[in-house]
Amino acid sequence: MSYLWFILALVVVLGLLWRFLGAYMVAVYDGTTHWLGFVERPVYKLLRVDAEAEQSWQRYGMSLIVYSGVAILVVYLMLRLQGSLPLDPQHLGAVSPALSFNTAVSFVTNTNWQNYAGETTMSYLSQMGALAVQNFASASVGIGVAVALIRGFSRKGSATIGNFWVDLVRGILYILLPISLLATIVFMAQGGVQTFAGPVHVHDVLNGVRQTIPRGPVASQEAIKQLGTNGGGFFNANGAHPYENPTGLTNFLSIVLLLAIPVALTHTFGKMVGNVRQGVAVLAVMALIFGAWLGIASYAEHVGNPAVAAAGVTHQGAGNMEGKEVRFGVQQSTIYNVASTQTSTGSVDSANDSYTPMGGFAMLSGMMFGDVTPGGVGSGLYTILLFAIITVFIGGLMVGRTPEYLGKKIQAREVKLAAFAVLVMPMTVLVMTGIAVSIHAGRVAPLNAGPHGFSEILYAFTSQGNNNGSAFAGLSSNTAFYNVSGAITMLLGRFAIIVPVLALAGSLAAKQHVAASAGTFRTDTPLYAGLLVGVVLIVGALTFFPAVALGPIAEQLSTGRLF
Amino acid sequence: MLLRQLFRSVVASVLFFVLLGLAYPAIETGIGQAFFSHQANGSLGPNGSTLIGQTFTGPRWFQGRPEPSGNNPLASGGSNLGPRSKVLAADVRHEVAVLQKEGITPRNALVTSSGSGLDPDITPADAYAEAPAVARANHLPLAAVRHLVARHVTGRELGFLGSPYVNVLQLNEALAHLKGSTGA
Repeated sequence: MSYLWFILALVVVLGLLWRFLGAYMVAVYDGTTHWLGFVERPVYKLLRVDAEAEQSWQRYGMSLIVYSGVAILVVYLMLRLQGSLPLDPQHLGAVSPALSFNTAVSFVTNTNWQNYAGETTMSYLSQMGALAVQNFASASVGIGVAVALIRGFSRKGSATIGNFWVDLVRGILYILLPISLLATIVFMAQGGVQTFAGPVHVHDVLNGVRQTIPRGPVASQEAIKQLGTNGGGFFNANGAHPYENPTGLTNFLSIVLLLAIPVALTHTFGKMVGNVRQGVAVLAVMALIFGAWLGIASYAEHVGNPAVAAAGVTHQGAGNMEGKEVRFGVQQSTIYNVASTQTSTGSVDSANDSYTPMGGFAMLSGMMFGDVTPGGVGSGLYTILLFAIITVFIGGLMVGRTPEYLGKKIQAREVKLAAFAVLVMPMTVLVMTGIAVSIHAGRVAPLNAGPHGFSEILYAFTSQGNNNGSAFAGLSSNTAFYNVSGAITMLLGRFAIIVPVLALAGSLAAKQHVAASAGTFRTDTPLYAGLLVGVVLIVGALTFFPAVALGPIAEQLSTGRLF
Repeated sequence: MLLRQLFRSVVASVLFFVLLGLAYPAIETGIGQAFFSHQANGSLGPNGSTLIGQTFTGPRWFQGRPEPSGNNPLASGGSNLGPRSKVLAADVRHEVAVLQKEGITPRNALVTSSGSGLDPDITPADAYAEAPAVARANHLPLAAVRHLVARHVTGRELGFLGSPYVNVLQLNEALAHLKGSTGA
């Protein structure tokens, strides 16, 4: 019963955010709100950016790539020099080269895949100044790209798609920073840790236990890690750690934060293209697929854990508690992890690796469909718009007409770019997984035996290819092979999609609008939304079914067997 | 052109480092230390943090969930054992046997490990299941121990957020107090 209230409350809060945050983001990216102008203007002055000057897609893309490259270098150097930099109360020393490279790429690509345990690897300065900074920046870059694509649809005969630097700065100043400032206070009030005082040593006279408890500036990082759909935890246990996610309320707030921008962006999209129903159609597709995975995972977790049942605990009450926290319970842990994997956040409040086969399948599959339900900040929207273009193309083939989407003719160039961008992720993930299972360095890493071991490898590359960052954490992936192959996967999953998306934005912006006629296939109807669901599901299923059959499906069907 | 973008990238990196990497967490730390200093410093009491699980070995104490790291705060994380893992089945079987020997009928949460590896809580049902063994081992009346558990049940926030729980450290501190006052 409390679960129903939980979902109802979530829908109401997200509905309000959809309407108001969505409209606010229109004002932010149209440049009509200036309440933070006193911070914004000096920033442009220092950057020597003319806020009125716009960029072509090529220049937007180049600025984005150059900034991301510099950001990777900065994070890499900060981690390598960690031992010589201040704010390292645990004297953790430098991070190894391969791990620094993987981590730098991971945070700049909004993935937050973590081949390390934060409490024993990263100094406070690295957490705040290297990693959390990129939580803001990479999120703002992603939203900017989505908005640039929307501008491609909404403008006509335009040579420009916006200004990368303005989008980057405004996304951070007007959206990410104010919300994070407020959310951090809630986390702290509930028990989130926020201190520079270093670890604390405690001694319990009742049981003689002595503990060294690591602390740090945790709450401030928690807020942006969720809001920016980044997901990288301060501690190894991520959102399961009581200092990161202390109560049922912070658990709810985390879910709201990570869904807020991806959901609200559909309203922003509808508003900017002049028809809110277009945004509703996209949101409906996201919600439908999200609901299906949530249903599967919730049911599977409720039924319970087969290994625990095999040990004689036949009545598992609320369900599978292995890897879950008592204060959240089974269902509210499940919805957190489903929301986090389907938004490309990747934070967890319970161990994905110990979910039931179908529970883990829901997490994995949510990513395999391209992380579009609703996906990461910006990346979810621009990826589903790629699917939307492919959908009108298929619709056009059926009736033998040149397809249109949002008043723009979709021609060979657009379809090629969209198809390429949609295929990058599955190609990368499947090839990398294939390499990993073919070589010794890849095969020694899984903790679990049997099909679950294969799932751990497949999950790792699927997660990194979608810039998600969640893990079947049993995989020992802090090795040269996994650090480097993972970094390549993350780079391709981010930039090999962003570049064609920007090219698409440029190509669409240059086109004139065509007036809708009787023959135009309307894209704000349930019929279209249904077709879009079909395309997303078919593309995902066709590419990944064989791989999934070897992992979670084989595991689910192995009734009565343990590995 | 490229040089100008490089310049902007470097300046932006420095600016973001100062604003987002230093000022933002520093301001939040100021707010936290001023208004929520107990929480912001880790919810510490005389016997440790109420948010970080500790190992209590039963049945003289209420015990928490079995954690793979033995509740080491420097090694947070779950077992990561899969749902058809022989190792997990063996671990759970072992926990069931240990608890049954102490006269406790374990439920699901008490024989599995958590996601944090530091779960400070147990379910109310598990606390009640431990109560008879705790009462016997400490020569306390069962009713008094059950009453102690009842007083330490934390319900769902706002009636629907989270799951009801009992904090093990706080419950044991109250148990120590009860033992002291009855001379047991």
